[in-house]
This record gives sequence, C-alpha cells and structure tokens, in this order.
Amino acid sequence: MKKLINNPTNVVDEMIEGYIKAHPNHVKQLAENKRSIVTAKETKDGKVGVLIGGGSGHEPAFMGYVGEGMADAVAVGNIFASPPPDPILEATRVIDKGAGVLYIYGNYAGDVMNFGMAAELADLEHGIQVGTVLVTDDVASAPKEEKEKRRGIAGEFFVTKVAGAASEKGYSLEELVSVANKANDYTRSMGVGLTPCSLPQTGQPSFELGENEMEIGLGHHGEPGVEKGELKTADEVAERLVADILVDMPIAEGEDVAVLVNGLGSTTRMELYIMFRKVEKMLSEKGITIHRSYVGDYSTSLEMGGCSVSIMKLDDELKELVDQTADCPMYVQK
Amino acid sequence: MKFTAKDLLTYLKNVVEVMEENKDYLCELDRKLGDGDHGVTMSIGWQAINEKLQDELKDEEDCGRICITTGRTFLSAVGSSVGPLYATGFLRGAKVVQNKTEVTGEDVKEFWIAFIEGIKERGQAEVGDKTMVDTLQPALESLKELQSTEDFVEGFAKVVAAAKTGMESTKDLLSKRGRSSRLGERSIGNQDPGATSAYLILETFHQTITANQTV
Repeated sequence: MKKLINNPTNVVDEMIEGYIKAHPNHVKQLAENKRSIVTAKETKDGKVGVLIGGGSGHEPAFMGYVGEGMADAVAVGNIFASPPPDPILEATRVIDKGAGVLYIYGNYAGDVMNFGMAAELADLEHGIQVGTVLVTDDVASAPKEEKEKRRGIAGEFFVTKVAGAASEKGYSLEELVSVANKANDYTRSMGVGLTPCSLPQTGQPSFELGENEMEIGLGHHGEPGVEKGELKTADEVAERLVADILVDMPIAEGEDVAVLVNGLGSTTRMELYIMFRKVEKMLSEKGITIHRSYVGDYSTSLEMGGCSVSIMKLDDELKELVDQTADCPMYVQK
Repeated sequence: MKFTAKDLLTYLKNVVEVMEENKDYLCELDRKLGDGDHGVTMSIGWQAINEKLQDELKDEEDCGRICITTGRTFLSAVGSSVGPLYATGFLRGAKVVQNKTEVTGEDVKEFWIAFIEGIKERGQAEVGDKTMVDTLQPALESLKELQSTEDFVEGFAKVVAAAKTGMESTKDLLSKRGRSSRLGERSIGNQDPGATSAYLILETFHQTITANQTV
C-alpha cells in the first residue's frame, strides 16, 4: 500500500482541514465540532435543513455534496465508520431555520444508531424536529421483499440531489421526507469490485480477489457481493448489473431515468464511459430515455477498483428536482 | 470485595493497554468478516479514554462520573456501531454507581448487568447473531446467578468463563447483523471480532480485581 498521508491517525482531520481551506466560499467548519461541516452560504429562514453524513473514505461523498441545491451540512465519521452523535447534533443546530432538519444516510447499523441518537437529542435538548430517510438502493444486499434491509451505496447521491433541490423550493419537512423516500424507492444500484482498497490505519487490503477475478454486487466497504467469478468484459458486466436492476425495478418503455455510473476510486474515466456506453445501449433498446446522466467518482471506497451503476426512475416531480442547479465544491450542475 | 474509584481508573487503564496489545489481532479477525478495522476502532476509542484518564479523570472519585465520561468519550471518538453500544453500556452502568467512591461486589454485579442490558437494548441483537451479544449474554446469565454469599472474585471468574464460551461459539455461527451479515455461509469458521473485544473487556475486569485482592 502506498498512500500520500502523514500520520494514519490524522487522515480524516487533515483531509477536512484541507477541504475547508480549499473551499472557503462554499463550506465552513463549526467551532463546536471539527467534524461538522456546514454550507458557507446563509440559508433562508424556514428552509428545511438537509444533513448528510457517514464514514470517510467515500469522497466526494459525503462532504463534497454540501452546497447550494444539495446538502446544508455533513457530519464526517472516521474511515468507513459512522460519525458519532455530537457532530451530527451540532450541525443540526446550525442548519435548523425553524422548519426542521432532514437526515439522509445509508442503511448501516452504526449510522442508524448514531443518527438515531442525534435525532433524539435534537428533539429533546433543542426542540428541533428531525425527519429521517434511509438510503437502501443496493439490490445485491438483500432480496426485494426485504428492501428495508438493503444498504445504501452510490444512489444516495440521487436522494441527496432530490432532497436538496426540494428543500430549496420550500418543501416542508413532511413533504421533504416523502419526496426523498420516493427518490430512494425509485433508485436501484449494483456494483462490481475488481481490486480491494486498504485502510490507511492498517495498510491491509479489505478483501481478497485474484488477479483475474471480480466480485458482482459487493458493497462499498468491501462487503462481499452475490457472486465471485472470472473477470468479464465491460459489456458483460454492465449487462449483468443493469439486468439485475431492471428485474428488481421494472421500467416501462417510454419512461425516463437518471443514470449514474460511479467509480469506486481507482477505476479510470475511460472504463466508466465504456460501462456507460453499454448501459445507455441497453436502456435505449428498451425504449427508456436517459434524462440525465452522471459518470465519474461520486461515491468511492478509497482506491477500490470497480464501479456501480445506479438508475433512478423519474416521474415529473423527480425530473424537475433532478434538473435543479447545484453548486458544491465537488459537484456542480448548471 | 473492596472496589474504589481508583480501582475503576486502574481497570480502565488496563483496558487501554489490552486493546492496544490486541489491536492487530482484532483487525485480523475483522478482515475475515468486515472491513478489517475493529482493532483500530477500539484503539481510537480507548486511546481517547486514556487521555481523559491522564487528565480530567486523574483524581475523579465518583465512580458514576468516571463511567459517564468514559462512555461519552468513547462515543465521541468512535461513532461506528460500537460507539453507541459501549457508550450505552457505560451510561447505564453509571446509574448504578453514581455518587459512590467505593462500591461493593453487589454494586459491581448490578453495574455489569445494567451495562450488558443497555448494550442489548441499543443493538437489538440476539444470541446466535454472531456479535458481542454472544459473549455478553452468557456473562449476563452467569452474573445473575452470582450469590452475595460467595467470593466475588471467584464468582466473576465463572462470568468470564461463560463469556469465553460464548465468544468461542461465534466461530460456528452465521453472521446476521451488520456488514458481515451479507457474508452468509462464508462467515462460518471465523470468530467475531466484536465478541472478542467484549470478552477482553470482561476478562480485563477479572484480571484487575484479582490483582487487587492479592495486594
């Protein structure tokens, strides 16, 4: 393992320090908690705050999504570990403009406990109403009947995009929870892993894969997938991912979707576009229109090799929200 | 048995050392089941507690306050899933020993019962799920059977033995909670890292009270 770091213990705090210094017009760090980052722009009174968060190591998720049209704050955890309640609570206090705060995070045991405790404390100690939306987009992580058990992966980008746009448009907390839940219900993702990542603190690979192997359906912390096998071509992999997504969430001819082909860290844009090429071909052959496409690193797993494909089915409301502009340090949409 | 706030601080200091010694071992266990950082996570938490032990808690005489600071410190440093679990354990335990500078064997027994029940309530895991509960539940049952007439240190040895059997049982179990639950059959054969660190926490307590009695 080779990494450009100093002391492995300090990677998260030093990353945040650099991030804040690099983007002072977009974000600021709270004095109360160095793991709480909020938008530098003054948000409107009555706007529902959107708070995201999770472990580090997924950059640009989650801190790269704080800005206009996306999240108002992020709580940053240790590598691949949920943030504790403190930074969540401090950020909640700052972004509450009297209309409550929406928490969006992936469905992981640690996140559920920490964000859950923060939500209770926000209500108890500060009288702030908190709504919660758990992202459960990974089709490979549990059967369809148990969607509520699924983990959240790159599709969280879509849920955050929709919620961020809706909160700017003045949705109430209740409406925001509902539309963000819809975005989650309409989003499916599935990934493929080619090479593992290594945690800065241990230097050890998070899982093992042979030189000619790939793992279909793996999670973005290296959780095992549904199938380990010989490395296939990009077309074959894309076919598998899209086919599994469409079995899980049928999309009719004539419907519109947003597509995200997300790199896991060390996969080149060249490969991601080759993957997208096939995804687009499959969808257009079925008469499905890609209304918006996103290709690049949106939710990584340190330097893991591989990618995920996310598809969000769009109705009129979601289409309008996806189209809204956004301006974050690591994501801009005009 | 005599157990003072000072002994509690010694115990916590001992856990700091034990977690540091077992850091790589716990990571190794976790690599087979999770993302391989359980030892790092425990170390981050206990090192943060270590700082408090050397500073704010150095002369603290209220066992309750020591536990509250320990729980909150661990949670703030760690997050993750073990953060809320152990924080809940220490906070529930704190209620039992609050405003006490010295506690009895009976208090210690009630402390650990509250500690374990708190963790179970927060995490909602069951025996057989391949988690720390597989270590803690048999310890809890053994604790409840402790008679006030028997020697506490000897009694606690039985608690630790039950915990050990529970920890070792995780080797043959299928993961059902957390990230490793997706492993299915592949999780069998590996001891759970969370069950292992939970055992270390209990075992270190036994070591501490044993050393305490011999002086």
